[in-house]
Amino acid sequence: MTGMTVIVKTVTRWVKVFIFLYGVYIVITGHLTPGGGFAGGVIIACSYILLTLAYGKEFALKRLGPRTAAGLDSGGSLLFLIVALLGIGSGGLFFTNFLQKRYPGGEFQLASAGFIPIANIAIGLKVFSCLFLVFIILSILRIVLDAEGKQSLVQRWPEGKEE
Amino acid sequence: MGTEVILIILLFFMLAGALIAVETKNLLSSVISLGAIGVGTSVAFLFLMAPDLAIVQIAVEVVLLIFLIRATIARDVIPQRGHIAWGGLVVVVVLLAGLLAFGAYAFRDLGVFGQPIIAAVQDAPSNRYLARGMKETGAANIVAAVILDYRGYDTLGEATVLFAAILGALTILRVRSRSGGGKP
Repeated sequence: MTGMTVIVKTVTRWVKVFIFLYGVYIVITGHLTPGGGFAGGVIIACSYILLTLAYGKEFALKRLGPRTAAGLDSGGSLLFLIVALLGIGSGGLFFTNFLQKRYPGGEFQLASAGFIPIANIAIGLKVFSCLFLVFIILSILRIVLDAEGKQSLVQRWPEGKEE
Repeated sequence: MGTEVILIILLFFMLAGALIAVETKNLLSSVISLGAIGVGTSVAFLFLMAPDLAIVQIAVEVVLLIFLIRATIARDVIPQRGHIAWGGLVVVVVLLAGLLAFGAYAFRDLGVFGQPIIAAVQDAPSNRYLARGMKETGAANIVAAVILDYRGYDTLGEATVLFAAILGALTILRVRSRSGGGKP
Protein backbone atom coordinates (compact mmCIF):
# COMPACT_ATOMS: atom_id res chain seq x y z
CA MET A 1 0.00 0.00 0.00
CA THR A 2 1.95 2.95 -1.23
CA GLY A 3 -0.77 5.55 -1.35
CA MET A 4 -3.08 6.93 -3.97
CA THR A 5 -2.67 8.23 -7.51
CA VAL A 6 -0.22 10.91 -8.56
CA ILE A 7 -2.99 13.52 -8.73
CA VAL A 8 -3.85 13.06 -5.06
CA LYS A 9 -0.17 13.09 -4.13
CA THR A 10 0.51 16.35 -5.97
CA VAL A 11 -2.52 18.10 -4.49
CA THR A 12 -1.58 16.84 -1.03
CA ARG A 13 1.95 18.19 -1.39
CA TRP A 14 0.55 21.68 -2.00
CA VAL A 15 -2.33 21.63 0.45
CA LYS A 16 -0.84 19.98 3.53
CA VAL A 17 1.20 23.03 4.55
CA PHE A 18 -1.82 25.32 4.46
CA ILE A 19 -3.94 22.95 6.54
CA PHE A 20 -1.14 22.68 9.08
CA LEU A 21 -0.67 26.47 9.21
CA TYR A 22 -4.40 27.03 9.58
CA GLY A 23 -4.45 24.67 12.54
CA VAL A 24 -1.49 26.43 14.14
CA TYR A 25 -3.19 29.79 13.59
CA ILE A 26 -6.38 28.60 15.25
CA VAL A 27 -4.42 27.27 18.23
CA ILE A 28 -2.29 30.38 18.71
CA THR A 29 -5.09 32.94 18.37
CA GLY A 30 -7.54 30.83 20.34
CA HIS A 31 -7.96 33.53 22.98
CA LEU A 32 -8.80 36.24 20.43
CA THR A 33 -10.89 34.60 17.71
CA PRO A 34 -13.21 31.59 17.61
CA GLY A 35 -11.37 28.33 17.81
CA GLY A 36 -8.94 27.18 20.42
CA GLY A 37 -6.77 24.25 21.30
CA PHE A 38 -9.23 21.48 20.54
CA ALA A 39 -10.33 22.67 17.10
CA GLY A 40 -6.79 23.59 16.07
CA GLY A 41 -5.43 20.27 17.22
CA VAL A 42 -8.04 18.41 15.21
CA ILE A 43 -7.15 20.42 12.10
CA ILE A 44 -3.42 19.75 12.53
CA ALA A 45 -4.21 16.06 12.94
CA CYS A 46 -6.22 16.32 9.71
CA SER A 47 -3.10 17.39 7.82
CA TYR A 48 -1.17 14.35 9.04
CA ILE A 49 -4.11 12.05 8.31
CA LEU A 50 -4.23 13.47 4.78
CA LEU A 51 -0.54 12.71 4.44
CA THR A 52 -1.11 9.15 5.64
CA LEU A 53 -4.01 8.60 3.28
CA ALA A 54 -2.27 10.00 0.23
CA TYR A 55 1.24 8.64 0.63
CA GLY A 56 0.70 5.47 2.63
CA LYS A 57 1.42 4.90 6.27
CA GLU A 58 5.14 4.23 5.95
CA PHE A 59 5.73 7.74 4.63
CA ALA A 60 3.84 9.39 7.47
CA LEU A 61 5.20 7.14 10.19
CA LYS A 62 8.75 8.00 9.11
CA ARG A 63 7.98 11.65 9.87
CA LEU A 64 6.02 11.12 13.07
CA GLY A 65 6.32 7.73 14.68
CA PRO A 66 3.98 6.37 17.32
CA ARG A 67 6.62 6.84 20.00
CA THR A 68 7.05 10.54 19.17
CA ALA A 69 3.30 11.02 19.06
CA ALA A 70 2.92 9.37 22.46
CA GLY A 71 5.63 11.67 23.81
CA LEU A 72 3.87 14.74 22.42
CA ASP A 73 0.63 13.51 23.95
CA SER A 74 2.15 13.14 27.41
CA GLY A 75 4.02 16.41 27.04
CA GLY A 76 0.85 18.32 26.22
CA SER A 77 -1.01 17.01 29.24
CA LEU A 78 1.99 17.62 31.47
CA LEU A 79 2.36 21.21 30.23
CA PHE A 80 -1.31 21.89 30.93
CA LEU A 81 -1.04 20.42 34.43
CA ILE A 82 2.17 22.35 35.19
CA VAL A 83 0.57 25.62 34.07
CA ALA A 84 -2.36 24.89 36.35
CA LEU A 85 -0.11 23.95 39.27
CA LEU A 86 2.00 27.10 38.91
CA GLY A 87 -1.07 29.00 40.03
CA ILE A 88 -0.61 27.48 43.48
CA GLY A 89 3.10 28.20 43.45
CA SER A 90 2.55 31.89 42.80
CA GLY A 91 0.32 32.31 45.81
CA GLY A 92 -3.09 31.63 44.30
CA LEU A 93 -5.31 28.63 43.82
CA PHE A 94 -5.28 25.79 41.31
CA PHE A 95 -5.86 27.33 37.87
CA THR A 96 -5.21 30.87 39.06
CA ASN A 97 -4.24 32.99 36.07
CA PHE A 98 -1.00 34.15 37.63
CA LEU A 99 0.52 35.55 34.44
CA GLN A 100 -2.43 37.85 33.85
CA LYS A 101 -2.29 39.12 37.42
CA ARG A 102 1.42 39.84 37.22
CA TYR A 103 1.89 40.98 33.61
CA PRO A 104 -1.44 42.17 32.24
CA GLY A 105 -1.06 42.57 28.49
CA GLY A 106 -3.01 44.93 26.28
CA GLU A 107 -6.49 43.95 25.22
CA PHE A 108 -6.84 42.25 21.81
CA GLN A 109 -3.08 41.66 21.69
CA LEU A 110 -1.52 38.33 20.80
CA ALA A 111 0.50 38.35 24.04
CA SER A 112 -2.36 38.84 26.43
CA ALA A 113 -4.69 36.82 28.64
CA GLY A 114 -1.94 35.33 30.81
CA PHE A 115 -1.64 31.57 30.57
CA ILE A 116 -4.60 30.99 28.27
CA PRO A 117 -2.47 30.90 25.06
CA ILE A 118 -0.04 28.48 26.73
CA ALA A 119 -2.89 26.22 27.82
CA ASN A 120 -4.31 26.40 24.29
CA ILE A 121 -0.98 25.29 22.84
CA ALA A 122 -0.80 22.42 25.35
CA ILE A 123 -4.30 21.22 24.51
CA GLY A 124 -3.61 21.60 20.80
CA LEU A 125 -0.50 19.41 21.06
CA LYS A 126 -2.40 16.86 23.06
CA VAL A 127 -5.43 16.61 20.81
CA PHE A 128 -3.30 16.50 17.67
CA SER A 129 -1.11 13.64 18.88
CA CYS A 130 -4.09 11.80 20.38
CA LEU A 131 -6.06 11.82 17.15
CA PHE A 132 -3.01 10.87 15.11
CA LEU A 133 -2.37 7.95 17.48
CA VAL A 134 -5.97 6.83 17.15
CA PHE A 135 -5.61 6.90 13.38
CA ILE A 136 -2.35 4.95 13.54
CA ILE A 137 -3.88 2.33 15.81
CA LEU A 138 -6.97 1.94 13.66
CA SER A 139 -5.16 1.87 10.33
CA ILE A 140 -2.33 -0.47 11.29
CA LEU A 141 -4.41 -3.16 12.95
CA ARG A 142 -5.61 -5.94 10.70
CA ILE A 143 -8.20 -8.59 11.29
CA VAL A 144 -6.85 -11.92 10.07
CA LEU A 145 -8.28 -15.39 10.09
CA ASP A 146 -6.01 -18.15 11.28
CA ALA A 147 -6.23 -21.82 10.42
CA GLU A 148 -9.05 -22.58 12.83
CA GLY A 149 -11.09 -19.71 11.48
CA LYS A 150 -10.64 -17.69 14.63
CA GLN A 151 -10.43 -13.93 14.24
CA SER A 152 -7.46 -12.18 15.75
CA LEU A 153 -6.04 -8.70 15.67
CA VAL A 154 -2.61 -8.42 14.17
CA GLN A 155 -0.55 -5.29 13.97
CA ARG A 156 2.49 -4.35 11.95
CA TRP A 157 4.69 -1.67 13.37
CA PRO A 158 7.21 -0.39 10.82
CA GLU A 159 10.58 -2.17 10.90
CA GLY A 160 10.28 -3.30 14.49
CA LYS A 161 10.41 0.17 15.99
CA GLU A 162 8.19 -0.86 18.85
CA GLU A 163 8.99 -3.62 21.30
CA MET B 1 -38.33 34.17 14.63
CA GLY B 2 -36.18 33.58 11.59
CA THR B 3 -33.67 31.50 13.51
CA GLU B 4 -36.33 29.10 14.71
CA VAL B 5 -37.56 28.40 11.19
CA ILE B 6 -34.01 27.75 9.99
CA LEU B 7 -33.38 25.48 12.97
CA ILE B 8 -36.53 23.46 12.32
CA ILE B 9 -35.57 22.99 8.67
CA LEU B 10 -32.07 21.89 9.76
CA LEU B 11 -33.56 19.50 12.30
CA PHE B 12 -35.72 17.85 9.63
CA PHE B 13 -32.62 17.54 7.44
CA MET B 14 -30.72 15.89 10.28
CA LEU B 15 -33.61 13.59 11.15
CA ALA B 16 -33.81 12.47 7.53
CA GLY B 17 -30.08 11.78 7.62
CA ALA B 18 -30.44 9.76 10.81
CA LEU B 19 -33.31 7.70 9.39
CA ILE B 20 -31.36 6.95 6.22
CA ALA B 21 -28.29 6.03 8.29
CA VAL B 22 -30.30 3.55 10.33
CA GLU B 23 -32.40 2.02 7.56
CA THR B 24 -30.07 1.79 4.57
CA LYS B 25 -28.56 -1.54 3.61
CA ASN B 26 -25.22 -0.14 2.49
CA LEU B 27 -22.70 0.72 5.20
CA LEU B 28 -21.02 3.43 3.10
CA SER B 29 -24.33 5.25 2.55
CA SER B 30 -24.98 4.97 6.26
CA VAL B 31 -21.66 6.62 7.14
CA ILE B 32 -22.21 9.39 4.60
CA SER B 33 -25.65 10.09 6.10
CA LEU B 34 -23.95 10.42 9.49
CA GLY B 35 -21.75 13.08 7.91
CA ALA B 36 -24.87 14.95 6.81
CA ILE B 37 -26.04 14.98 10.43
CA GLY B 38 -22.71 16.46 11.53
CA VAL B 39 -22.83 19.19 8.91
CA GLY B 40 -26.37 20.03 9.97
CA THR B 41 -25.26 20.34 13.60
CA SER B 42 -22.40 22.61 12.60
CA VAL B 43 -24.65 24.92 10.58
CA ALA B 44 -27.13 24.99 13.47
CA PHE B 45 -24.36 26.12 15.80
CA LEU B 46 -23.46 28.87 13.33
CA PHE B 47 -27.04 30.14 13.29
CA LEU B 48 -27.11 30.03 17.10
CA MET B 49 -24.04 32.31 17.08
CA ALA B 50 -21.58 29.77 18.50
CA PRO B 51 -18.69 29.77 16.01
CA ASP B 52 -16.34 27.96 18.41
CA LEU B 53 -18.64 24.98 18.61
CA ALA B 54 -19.24 25.08 14.86
CA ILE B 55 -15.51 24.87 14.12
CA VAL B 56 -14.99 22.02 16.58
CA GLN B 57 -18.03 20.16 15.28
CA ILE B 58 -17.09 20.33 11.61
CA ALA B 59 -13.44 19.39 12.27
CA VAL B 60 -14.31 16.47 14.53
CA GLU B 61 -16.97 15.32 12.08
CA VAL B 62 -14.49 15.21 9.19
CA VAL B 63 -11.96 13.24 11.24
CA LEU B 64 -14.67 10.91 12.51
CA LEU B 65 -15.88 10.16 8.98
CA ILE B 66 -12.34 9.37 7.87
CA PHE B 67 -11.94 7.07 10.87
CA LEU B 68 -15.21 5.31 10.20
CA ILE B 69 -14.58 4.78 6.52
CA ARG B 70 -10.92 3.90 6.84
CA ALA B 71 -10.98 1.81 9.97
CA THR B 72 -14.23 -0.07 9.73
CA ILE B 73 -15.56 -0.23 6.21
CA ALA B 74 -12.35 -1.12 4.44
CA ARG B 75 -11.81 -3.95 6.92
CA ASP B 76 -14.98 -5.93 7.23
CA VAL B 77 -18.05 -5.18 5.18
CA ILE B 78 -21.05 -7.03 6.52
CA PRO B 79 -24.16 -6.62 4.36
CA GLN B 80 -27.23 -6.24 6.53
CA ARG B 81 -29.99 -8.64 5.61
CA GLY B 82 -33.23 -9.70 7.20
CA HIS B 83 -36.91 -8.99 7.43
CA ILE B 84 -38.58 -6.21 9.35
CA ALA B 85 -39.48 -7.27 12.89
CA TRP B 86 -43.04 -5.97 13.18
CA GLY B 87 -43.37 -6.54 16.93
CA GLY B 88 -40.27 -4.49 17.67
CA LEU B 89 -41.41 -1.78 15.28
CA VAL B 90 -44.75 -1.44 17.09
CA VAL B 91 -42.99 -1.20 20.46
CA VAL B 92 -40.62 1.47 19.12
CA VAL B 93 -43.47 3.53 17.65
CA VAL B 94 -45.47 3.35 20.89
CA LEU B 95 -42.40 4.37 22.94
CA LEU B 96 -41.66 7.27 20.58
CA ALA B 97 -45.24 8.47 20.77
CA GLY B 98 -45.07 8.36 24.57
CA LEU B 99 -41.83 10.32 24.54
CA LEU B 100 -43.37 12.89 22.21
CA ALA B 101 -46.38 13.35 24.47
CA PHE B 102 -44.15 13.69 27.51
CA GLY B 103 -41.95 16.22 25.70
CA ALA B 104 -44.95 18.31 24.69
CA TYR B 105 -46.08 18.25 28.32
CA ALA B 106 -42.62 19.05 29.72
CA PHE B 107 -41.80 21.88 27.32
CA ARG B 108 -45.07 23.72 27.99
CA ASP B 109 -43.52 25.96 30.61
CA LEU B 110 -40.29 26.63 28.76
CA GLY B 111 -39.22 30.23 28.34
CA VAL B 112 -39.06 32.16 25.09
CA PHE B 113 -36.45 30.92 22.62
CA GLY B 114 -33.22 32.88 22.89
CA GLN B 115 -33.98 34.36 26.32
CA PRO B 116 -32.66 31.97 28.97
CA ILE B 117 -34.17 32.25 32.44
CA ILE B 118 -30.73 32.50 34.03
CA ALA B 119 -30.00 35.76 32.20
CA ALA B 120 -32.78 37.46 34.18
CA VAL B 121 -31.09 36.68 37.49
CA GLN B 122 -28.86 39.53 38.58
CA ASP B 123 -26.02 37.52 40.15
CA ALA B 124 -26.00 34.64 37.70
CA PRO B 125 -22.51 33.36 36.84
CA SER B 126 -23.01 33.86 33.12
CA ASN B 127 -23.83 37.54 33.58
CA ARG B 128 -20.76 37.98 35.75
CA TYR B 129 -18.53 36.26 33.17
CA LEU B 130 -19.90 38.37 30.35
CA ALA B 131 -19.51 41.59 32.30
CA ARG B 132 -16.08 41.05 33.82
CA GLY B 133 -14.48 38.29 31.77
CA MET B 134 -12.49 40.63 29.56
CA LYS B 135 -11.08 42.56 32.49
CA GLU B 136 -10.32 39.59 34.70
CA THR B 137 -8.77 37.20 32.20
CA GLY B 138 -7.71 39.51 29.37
CA ALA B 139 -8.99 37.10 26.72
CA ALA B 140 -11.08 38.66 23.98
CA ASN B 141 -12.75 35.33 23.21
CA ILE B 142 -15.15 34.77 26.09
CA VAL B 143 -15.35 31.03 25.34
CA ALA B 144 -11.60 30.65 25.82
CA ALA B 145 -11.83 32.69 29.02
CA VAL B 146 -14.52 30.41 30.42
CA ILE B 147 -13.16 27.00 29.41
CA LEU B 148 -9.53 27.70 30.28
CA ASP B 149 -9.77 30.11 33.19
CA TYR B 150 -13.08 30.03 35.03
CA ARG B 151 -13.79 26.40 34.24
CA GLY B 152 -10.26 25.07 33.97
CA TYR B 153 -11.13 21.97 35.96
CA ASP B 154 -13.52 20.80 33.27
CA THR B 155 -10.91 21.16 30.57
CA LEU B 156 -8.38 19.30 32.69
CA GLY B 157 -10.86 16.48 33.18
CA GLU B 158 -11.57 16.33 29.46
CA ALA B 159 -7.85 16.17 28.69
CA THR B 160 -7.47 13.41 31.26
CA VAL B 161 -10.30 11.41 29.72
CA LEU B 162 -8.71 11.69 26.27
CA PHE B 163 -5.33 10.68 27.68
CA ALA B 164 -6.74 7.67 29.50
CA ALA B 165 -8.68 6.57 26.43
CA ILE B 166 -5.66 6.64 24.16
CA LEU B 167 -3.55 4.94 26.84
CA GLY B 168 -6.06 2.12 27.15
CA ALA B 169 -6.35 1.69 23.39
CA LEU B 170 -2.57 1.52 22.98
CA THR B 171 -2.22 -0.91 25.86
CA ILE B 172 -4.96 -3.29 24.78
CA LEU B 173 -4.32 -3.28 21.04
CA ARG B 174 -0.56 -3.59 21.34
CA VAL B 175 -0.79 -7.33 22.06
CA ARG B 176 0.63 -9.43 19.26
CA SER B 177 -1.44 -12.15 17.68
CA ARG B 178 -1.57 -15.15 19.99
CA SER B 179 -2.22 -17.88 17.47
CA GLY B 180 0.34 -16.66 14.96
CA GLY B 181 3.18 -16.65 17.43
CA GLY B 182 5.72 -13.91 16.93
CA LYS B 183 5.82 -11.98 13.70
CA PRO B 184 2.56 -11.98 11.77
